[in-house]
Amino acid sequence: MNNKTMKKYFPVFVLPTLIAFTIGFIVPFAMGVYLSFCKFTTVTDAKFVGLKNYAKIFAEDGTFGHALWYTAAFTVVSVILINVLAFAVAMLLTKNIRGKNAFRTVFFMPNLIGGIILGYVWQLLLNGILMNFNRTLTYSSKYGFWGLVILMCWQQVGYMMIIYIAGIQNIPGDLIEAAQIDGANKKQLLKDVIIPMVMPSITICTFLTLTNSFKLFDQNLALTNGEPSNMSEMLALNIFNTFYGRTGWEGVGQAKAVIFFLLVGAIAVVQNRLTRSKEVQQ
Amino acid sequence: MNKNVKHGSVWTVFFTLLSIAYVFPIILVVVNSFKKKAYISRKPFAIPKDKMFVGVENYINGIKKTEYFKAFGWTLFITVFSVFVIILCTSMCAWYINRVITNTTKTIYYLCLFSMVVPFQMVMFTLSKIANMLKLNTPWGLIIIYLGYGAGLAVFMFSGFVKSIPIEIEEAAMIDGCTPIQTFFQVVFPIMKPTCVTVAILETMWIWNDYLLPYLVLDIKKYKTIPIAIQYLRGGYGAIDMGAMMGVLVLSIIPIVVFYLCCQKYIIEGVVAGAVKG
Repeated sequence: MNNKTMKKYFPVFVLPTLIAFTIGFIVPFAMGVYLSFCKFTTVTDAKFVGLKNYAKIFAEDGTFGHALWYTAAFTVVSVILINVLAFAVAMLLTKNIRGKNAFRTVFFMPNLIGGIILGYVWQLLLNGILMNFNRTLTYSSKYGFWGLVILMCWQQVGYMMIIYIAGIQNIPGDLIEAAQIDGANKKQLLKDVIIPMVMPSITICTFLTLTNSFKLFDQNLALTNGEPSNMSEMLALNIFNTFYGRTGWEGVGQAKAVIFFLLVGAIAVVQNRLTRSKEVQQ
Repeated sequence: MNKNVKHGSVWTVFFTLLSIAYVFPIILVVVNSFKKKAYISRKPFAIPKDKMFVGVENYINGIKKTEYFKAFGWTLFITVFSVFVIILCTSMCAWYINRVITNTTKTIYYLCLFSMVVPFQMVMFTLSKIANMLKLNTPWGLIIIYLGYGAGLAVFMFSGFVKSIPIEIEEAAMIDGCTPIQTFFQVVFPIMKPTCVTVAILETMWIWNDYLLPYLVLDIKKYKTIPIAIQYLRGGYGAIDMGAMMGVLVLSIIPIVVFYLCCQKYIIEGVVAGAVKG
């Protein structure tokens, strides 16, 4: 292609996206990093204070540590549950079961409904059940925790199921036949043929569930709003409340956000390395 | 064979029951939307009849309190135009940066990749202040913000596809006298259609349900989206009006379910394609 003529078209093709990307991401990100080292209430009155905000997170604000622990526990539990359930359902729904397409449709549906709506839907149901035991979702952080786990499973199993189904259907039929002729039983077939072959799907699904759970905000806000007294608050909500709930703490909120970003980045990189190394060449 | 069929029908029964359990939370909300608000929290599992039944009162209340149809209109406006602008701009950008390889275009590509890992909390404060300063706190401005913040994923997905298009097709068009713009819209863009559908679905699912970004960027005294309107019902003043809440929840779920049942095939294909490339 003639590069000279193409270069003249840079403003037409790239500039609109680039300008929006600069406003919507590059500048806010760079400013965010800088402001985490400042004391400020709006972006124009920032004063450089070094690492004070970061020190404050751990010295004066006990909520961050709790939120971090709570989020980590929630992420581990929900990633395992969602992926095991989704894989099991996908295995069954790729068999010759009558009505399997209708079932897939039903299981996928909750994904399209937003987190805020889902939070209130489940608040009604779970509070209704807990009422029989004289409890509510906000009675202790345990109820909020398991409520969120149930909600997330309900929402995400269908999505992951769809990805697993695509992965399972991609396994060549003769591979499974060959294993059966060689005398592999059902357990061996699953462990030595099917799971290695759907490893790419497992990589994707664990990545999606991991980041979705870790970054969860809407559902947390609608279901319990962090109650009782911030005990069911996850990281994203904790950061939000630090920013907008306490004046003078904006810098601390931004510092928390930087740590949050580093954690998400680290998880993404490590998870990618780990599961990619287990994928087999086709 | 006979054994197989029996086996199959057991699973059909099992999954039928599971499906019913799966939609139960939503059915429960629908049932409660016809119940007098005082009974909703106290007797959520009761069937609304006699004195509990209020007809469509909850719906009328909910619509009034949240200005539901206005919120619906703005949500639709923001979603449709943002998705349209994202597809148009990012597909052009992705094609260009994969055909003209310079340090600038490479940097843009890697920045897009990078932006996909950054959680929204990292930029939310600064983004909302910048949007305010640039007077982008209207639904029209929000479209630009969505283009900027959503560009990462879209550019990445389109780039994956552009790399698989044989360059000879475009060169042939150029030799025949097409300008780059003509080449893009008459040759490249039509081939990109499947990726456009995938990107459109992923971005629609995100933007339609997004709460925090519009909440922080929009001037919410004037403009509300559906998630903002629902959260607004909770408000700061004492107990929630559960009746209005149920009505608005049902009204928000109906359009999604209708949309899903109409475009199911594309949505599921889009999700699979998006996952494989992501």
